[in-house]
Amino acid sequence: MKSGSNLEKLLEKGEFVVTGELGPPKGTDAEAVKKKAAMLKGNVDSVNITDNQTAIVRMSSIAASKILIDEGVEPNMQMVARDRNRIAMMSDLFGATALGIKNMLCLSGDHQSFGNHPEAKNVFDIDSIQMIYMVKTMRDEKKVICGDEIEGDFQMFIGAACNPFADPFQYRVHRLAKKVEAGVDFIQTQCIYDMKRFKEFMKQVVDMGLHEKCKILAGVTPLKSVGMARYMAANVSGIIIPEEMIERIKGAGKGNAATEGIKILCEQMQELKEMEGIAGIHLMAIEWEHRVGEIMEMAGMLPRPTV
Amino acid sequence: MITADRKPFEEIKESVKNYKKIMVLGCETCVAVCQAGGEKEVEILASELRLAFGNEGNKVEVSEELVVRQCDDEFMADPAFLERVKEADIILSIACGVGVQHSCNYFNRVITDKPIRVIPGLNTTFMGANIDVGLWEERCLGCGDCVLEKTGGICPITRCAKSLLNGPCGGSSDGKCEINKDTDCAWHLIVERLEALGELDRIKPVELFKDWRPSHSGGPRKRLREDLRI
Repeated sequence: MKSGSNLEKLLEKGEFVVTGELGPPKGTDAEAVKKKAAMLKGNVDSVNITDNQTAIVRMSSIAASKILIDEGVEPNMQMVARDRNRIAMMSDLFGATALGIKNMLCLSGDHQSFGNHPEAKNVFDIDSIQMIYMVKTMRDEKKVICGDEIEGDFQMFIGAACNPFADPFQYRVHRLAKKVEAGVDFIQTQCIYDMKRFKEFMKQVVDMGLHEKCKILAGVTPLKSVGMARYMAANVSGIIIPEEMIERIKGAGKGNAATEGIKILCEQMQELKEMEGIAGIHLMAIEWEHRVGEIMEMAGMLPRPTV
Repeated sequence: MITADRKPFEEIKESVKNYKKIMVLGCETCVAVCQAGGEKEVEILASELRLAFGNEGNKVEVSEELVVRQCDDEFMADPAFLERVKEADIILSIACGVGVQHSCNYFNRVITDKPIRVIPGLNTTFMGANIDVGLWEERCLGCGDCVLEKTGGICPITRCAKSLLNGPCGGSSDGKCEINKDTDCAWHLIVERLEALGELDRIKPVELFKDWRPSHSGGPRKRLREDLRI
């Protein structure tokens, strides 16, 4: 076992896992975190805690992860390279481990120009792939980057992201291979809407045997409305939403858009479950945590397996 | 070359308004090429100041001077020039930040009977190339450990908004960076260039941690060539 987290154990057992996502509040409200955690509890196997996503200041992912642990929900702590140098990262990883955090996601991080402090200086001392390598070295060799021994135990199930919809498309699978080479244990992909391109990508992944070296979780996000779909397609980098999907939501009529969005999502989840190389789903129901139970029920993915 | 932009006129005017004898000091090297601090720009800025203060009835004397390089002692050593520097109340340098600091240091070293005040008229921007008429782009951050050999001659430290050594990140779309559509994704360019060269394999191994000590992270840098000091 790498860290013995619930997520790792389920994946090892060959269960089709589902991870959720929780964005900490723009402030100090622990109750808000607990409320969202309660909505996700029992409906997913592990919950990603974002790290100042889109570069907007929020409660730290470590603190929110600890709140989840106390609520009996397993966190997957995200960490971005934007705000910390290697010293701060390793220090935070010691702290996270001491608090019982067993999963993490290594990310570059959205550029600060997207957020509420575009005047900030970024760090980017190391990148996401180097971060994977750093955490793996810490775990497997019990050493920090410089070679000094780590006092005490350090265990972590190491995750990273992958965006098959970013460019250049032909290089994307090679970048995933670099994450595997660096030592990643699991991958969560960007939201998938363009299933054709995703299938093409997964064929390359399977041909290279990457799915046997790490567990790949397919990312999905329900489309709540036509407006949201159009906004995401136009403004979120690396997201492609096929026009026919938008048309389908439009065709459902104004009051039924959300229901139609969930229906599409459940169909996608089923299709992804059957796809070679996919070990699970990463369900990003942003500010829709209260509907995750309903979605999982509809997708036929409840109750969640135990280890 | 080093590029720079002139500070807003109001800011410049504000910074010199309390002085009667203003010397606008240009530099004939980098900032002259990028048309921010050369002969023509000295003339324009001096005229603007004369006009603005003149309209307010503020009697100021604005002189115009130009040296080949403000970052080298030898181009500022002329005694007649130094006498004029001494007579001025303030030197408004429109060199890059290096020139402003170096001329200030030099003047205060060689003119010992009066402290010399030097202030900047430009904002120094980057080390870049003249891409097209009126267009300059940043090309080097001076990190002290060049990786261009591995990346097809395109610098990821400078041209990737996240300075990734294992790019491109998930924000690369249609060859553009996530920060805006006017910025090329450096890693997209690197992949394309290496593919054309048949050398894509060069970026497939994981590039490990960069040592930032040779960069500014190691503190202000010095370059010492013993062989030139003999």
